[in-house]
Amino acid sequence: MLAYDIVVIGGGPAGLAAAIEAKKNGVDSILVIERDRELGGILQQCIHNGFGLHIFKEELTGPEYAEKFIVELQKLGIEYKLDTMVLNIREDRLVNAINTEDGFMIIKARAIVLAMGCRERTRGAINISGTRPAGVFTAGTAQRFVNMEGYMVGKKVVILGSGDIGLIMARRMTLEGAKVLAVAELMPFSGGLTRNIVQCLDDYDIPLLLSHTVIEIKGKDRVEGVVIAKVDENKRPIKGTEKYYECDTLLLSVGLIPENEISENVGIKMDPITSGPVVNEAMETSIEGIFACGNVVHVHDLVDFVTEESRRAGKNAAKYIKNQIQSEGSITETKPGKGISYIVPQKVRPENIDKTLDLFMRVDNVYHNMNMVISIDGKEIKRMKKRHLAPGEMEAVKIKKEDLMDSKHAEITISLVEEGA
Amino acid sequence: MKAKEMICIVCPLGCHIKVLKNDGVYNVTENKCLRGKEYGIKELTNPIRVLTTTVKIKDALLNRLPVKTKEAIPKHKVIKCMEVINSIEIKSPISVGEVIVENILGTGVDVVASRSM
Ligand SMILES: Cc1cc2nc3c(=O)[nH]c(=O)nc-3n(C[C@H](O)[C@H](O)[C@H](O)COP(=O)(O)OP(=O)(O)OC[C@H]3O[C@@H](n4cnc5c(N)ncnc54)[C@H](O)[C@@H]3O)c2cc1C
Ligand code: SF4
Repeated sequence: MLAYDIVVIGGGPAGLAAAIEAKKNGVDSILVIERDRELGGILQQCIHNGFGLHIFKEELTGPEYAEKFIVELQKLGIEYKLDTMVLNIREDRLVNAINTEDGFMIIKARAIVLAMGCRERTRGAINISGTRPAGVFTAGTAQRFVNMEGYMVGKKVVILGSGDIGLIMARRMTLEGAKVLAVAELMPFSGGLTRNIVQCLDDYDIPLLLSHTVIEIKGKDRVEGVVIAKVDENKRPIKGTEKYYECDTLLLSVGLIPENEISENVGIKMDPITSGPVVNEAMETSIEGIFACGNVVHVHDLVDFVTEESRRAGKNAAKYIKNQIQSEGSITETKPGKGISYIVPQKVRPENIDKTLDLFMRVDNVYHNMNMVISIDGKEIKRMKKRHLAPGEMEAVKIKKEDLMDSKHAEITISLVEEGA
Repeated sequence: MKAKEMICIVCPLGCHIKVLKNDGVYNVTENKCLRGKEYGIKELTNPIRVLTTTVKIKDALLNRLPVKTKEAIPKHKVIKCMEVINSIEIKSPISVGEVIVENILGTGVDVVASRSM
């Protein structure tokens, strides 16, 4: 049986950063397992720029960002297996994996890092009536076809959903000669970054239809058109607003979900809001010695935050191997208050924090001129002015270790209050 | 002249700014900071963008190599640059940062590889 100190599942930015950090913290026996033909994860298909502003202070493309970590991993001599799929893991940290060269493998690990990323919601997850012809793709699948295989998926395109991948693909398809007729968004605001709306839609005069959705797909073998309608405040289509768009392709950019079959099968406790494992300050899941980081925990919009969080997971996995984690002592829970939909990590052991506790969160709506208030056991410790908040943009907050140590620390709450209130 | 309205994209705030030209002098309003003023003037006089796309590659792991303009180029040249980049084919091996098209369309900007392949 193969045996390693740390097995990392997934070779995207999360897995790469975790493995590198674990190695730098003194663990030599590490294996990264990746099911794809190369390392780098989803970044290899994200050829646009805007990655790395926080970590490298420059605007890199996805592949450039990935390559920096792949080169470092190789320099450090960390082992990895490509074209290898992890089937499941066991609570006692046995990893079952398979590839065509080694066949079925049972790998014994002292610690596991889950870094499987996320996948796109597909059409099944949302309900559109009509036929099921060819020409309906998720935006990410189209991105892979166009950017890696050089295969154009269509000529006249409608995009449903205004998340960043949808916006980026609207521009990409236009540059490659397709006509993007419209981007329809169910919500009254876009889930994507403003700069993407300007650079990807406005630059090319592509209309963004807010509070609109696709209600029907027409066509027998190939998409021939879609019907778009305006929706009311309950997101129900409004009769009489239907409009037909003749097109051969429909791209879906309707959200991402963490890829957690492996985590769920082994019985890791999940957070129903993030659809990822419940983790603590060390990025450790409810099962001791199993850590998680990146999009498998919660969907990130900036890869820089993925790297930051994954370094923490790698460092703590190394600490765990060396028996340096302080797991005694009290546990503080983080609680999303008014206006906040979730906070990661969900649990905190103050003794185990180095200097500051980093919390990531998302708000539940678009807000202007708000105060973000952090309280510990009901006592306010910090208040930050926020001029602009949107669900599409993750927020990060730091709390000093001292603030956590001198309370009973039962609960950290973060909520939004209007300025002046 | 009528004020031109636009959204500043320098930071996530996305201020809706107004740019007005008066006797050759640009006046920017509703920007919350100075970077917004600079952006507004630039956007009106010479809007620039970084172009990221792919180029055909032979004997490589994939059929396409991602490339980018090393600096931002004038927005109105983006489509013409696409035509140039789509007309060429290169051969593996290529390393990240390698120049694929020098000084594209006389912009003074090189098109470089976004990864090794
Ligand atoms: C289609 C798409 C486009 C995106 N575009 C952008 C963007 O433009 N900008 C941005 O900042 N963010 C983007 N994101 C978010 C992006 O995913 C994150 O920024 C970052 O890539 C997440 O890193 P990760 O390592 O957690 O996940 P990933 O990059 O998804 O890596 C996970 C890796 O795990 C592997 N894996 C999964 N399950 C197994 C298994 N069972 N066995 C072995 N290997 C496995 C996968 O093959 C993959 O390589 C995009 C996400 C998606 C899905
Ligand atoms: S004007 Fe300043 S504050 Fe407003 S979006 Fe631009 S850079 Fe940000």
